[in-house]
Amino acid sequence: MLQIKNLVVQIEDNRILNGLNLTVNKGEVAAIMGPNGSGKSTLSYVIAGKADYEVLDGEILLDGQNILEMGPDERAAAGLFLAFQYPLEIPGVASMTFLKAAINAQRKARGEIELTTPDFIRRVNAAATKLEVPKDMLKRGLNVGFSGGEKKRMEILQMALLEPRFCILDETDSGLDIDALRIVSEGVNALRSPDRSFLVITHYQRLLNYIVPDSVHVMSAGRIVKSGGKELALELEANGYADYREIEAA
Amino acid sequence: MPAVQETIDQVRLIDVDQYKYGFETDVEMEKAPKGLSEDVIRFISAKKGEPEWMLEWRLGAYKRWLTLKEPNWARVSYDKIDYNDMYYYAGPKNFPSPKSLDEVDPEILKTYEKLGIPLREQEILAGVEPKNRVAVDAVFDSVSVATTFKAELAKAGVIFMPISEAIREYPDLVRQYLGTVVPVTDNFFATLNSAVFTDGSFVYIPPGVRCPMELSTYFRINEKNTGQFERTLIIADKGSYVSYLEGCTAPMRDENQLHAAVVELIALDDAEIKYSTVQNWYPGDSEGRGGIYNFVTKRGDCRGKNSIITWTQVETGSAITWKYPSCILRGDGSRGEFYSIAVSNGMQQVDSGTKMLHLGKNTTSRIISKGIAAGRSENTYRGLVSAHRKASNARNFTNCDSLLIGNQCGAHTVPYIESKNATAVFEHEATTSKISEDQLFYCQQRGLSAEEATALIVNGFVKDVLQHLPMEFAVEAQKLISISLEGSVG
Repeated sequence: MLQIKNLVVQIEDNRILNGLNLTVNKGEVAAIMGPNGSGKSTLSYVIAGKADYEVLDGEILLDGQNILEMGPDERAAAGLFLAFQYPLEIPGVASMTFLKAAINAQRKARGEIELTTPDFIRRVNAAATKLEVPKDMLKRGLNVGFSGGEKKRMEILQMALLEPRFCILDETDSGLDIDALRIVSEGVNALRSPDRSFLVITHYQRLLNYIVPDSVHVMSAGRIVKSGGKELALELEANGYADYREIEAA
Repeated sequence: MPAVQETIDQVRLIDVDQYKYGFETDVEMEKAPKGLSEDVIRFISAKKGEPEWMLEWRLGAYKRWLTLKEPNWARVSYDKIDYNDMYYYAGPKNFPSPKSLDEVDPEILKTYEKLGIPLREQEILAGVEPKNRVAVDAVFDSVSVATTFKAELAKAGVIFMPISEAIREYPDLVRQYLGTVVPVTDNFFATLNSAVFTDGSFVYIPPGVRCPMELSTYFRINEKNTGQFERTLIIADKGSYVSYLEGCTAPMRDENQLHAAVVELIALDDAEIKYSTVQNWYPGDSEGRGGIYNFVTKRGDCRGKNSIITWTQVETGSAITWKYPSCILRGDGSRGEFYSIAVSNGMQQVDSGTKMLHLGKNTTSRIISKGIAAGRSENTYRGLVSAHRKASNARNFTNCDSLLIGNQCGAHTVPYIESKNATAVFEHEATTSKISEDQLFYCQQRGLSAEEATALIVNGFVKDVLQHLPMEFAVEAQKLISISLEGSVG
């Protein structure tokens, strides 16, 4: 599904990713863990196509297609979704309006017909009920005045409605209390399917108790330095990242 | 909000040429001799078949104008205007008295068709809900060429006609009110207008009447090197209500053209006037060549107690806009409102705002201004809120928000607040924001193109004001805003 080969990225002359290699198979949930500054968020932005970042080498293939040449909206239409660590506020634009514009923009880009309003509303209501997103939140400006937990739930709601093939969750657990964490994780788990892959970026093992990964990768200094099964996360939780920092130093 | 989708579609349809009203109409015109003189004023007055008092009024204004200097306090810059190098009157030949549309030059009718302005009442009636009907007065350069639904409005006692006709048919009414809100001596451009105004609309709503349909005037500048000097006078008698809308377009030309209008509104006891403007004069090209100088004086007088005047404006056109629709809150308990969206792109310069002058007791006013600057444009809000000594319990709330797109434009807010009454409470809020790269990226990550994302963010920004426009115009205005900002995202 997603293959990253020898990815080298810098921002304003700062090398952030140093020949990163990673493969996530169809239906796989891969977790990336690593200390602050190891390049986790950069990786998610580069996959999603944020400007600012300069890709010096390597490629990112989504189902065999190199997406580095595509704009962020084209990548989205191709089925890529990034749940932001800090979702942006769009004042005056109701969440409902935003969702409809986004869904239909993607459908159009893929040459599909647009959703009818009743069909759209049915889908939103169903997803909102599951994620315990109250109706009045859908009428308010997108993310404006939302709490941290509400913003994250709105991200997962968007993910559910856009039905992406490849989802990146960038520290979705940050700022969540235990109830919100449960709701968000259940939302994500409900979306797991043999056709959909996930890249879950987190500092803490805690999230992985709820979203149980198929593989865990440790990132340090812009590279994947160790890969393993879900037990690797528990090991990290117990020992910290100290071992991997040494690798970095060496 | 289905209009969002329409906005996006509209943006897509627009090609390189963003200004779609830039065509010229080929029609034989009769003009006054070039330049400004007493003779030219006599020529205009004679063309309009005016009574002697009107000519005297004009000549008085002209004498006064000769002593005035062009104001220079606005934050705009332009080459000196040569007032003798333009025409002050241009009207279709063999006018001005067509009895029906069949007598109007077919080229002119085609023009309005192209502009999407309905001039045939039967066509307007077909398949449209009666409550959505709009009566139109169409002003082509210096002459009103058609006014629709006059007969039906007359049944309700409403007078809606070109002001030149009203001067002939209702001289007493015109004389009683003309120049009482914007005096002949008011300012350089208003005084010039008083001397040379050619056409515009006259509206009178009798006591207790709710005008049965929206009224509108559509101004079109067509002729080269010609100034347009519209004069509009609206009187809402006691307990009456009217909603009025004006629209404006002009051909694309390399030279600048002057539009110096005066609009006067008078609301008597318990009357309400809603005045909406969708201004889309040719803004000039991306290098700042050509475009209309829109130097306009608009003022409403809440003369009676508990009267209400609301100005709503969507300003997207003109090379330079200099415009401050204002309210004189004279009647006790009267209310003034100003809702504005001013969009500037390319090399456009906007200096616009309002004045709320609280004279009566318990008067209230509300100002919501949204400025959007893109390209290399400059966008200034300038406003005055004042309370007279006797204006006890005056209340004002002002909110001025500016949105910047790109990093070569400027937004400025210049509020003046003067209170001579200790019980007055004036609130002022202002924000300036920029569409951030992060916001755009967020929207793009969800599948919207950069342009769709900008349209969406801008729509959100102006929502508070758009909802004050009549429904059908709100959709129009939303499209217009997107078109004006086309190409502003890199």
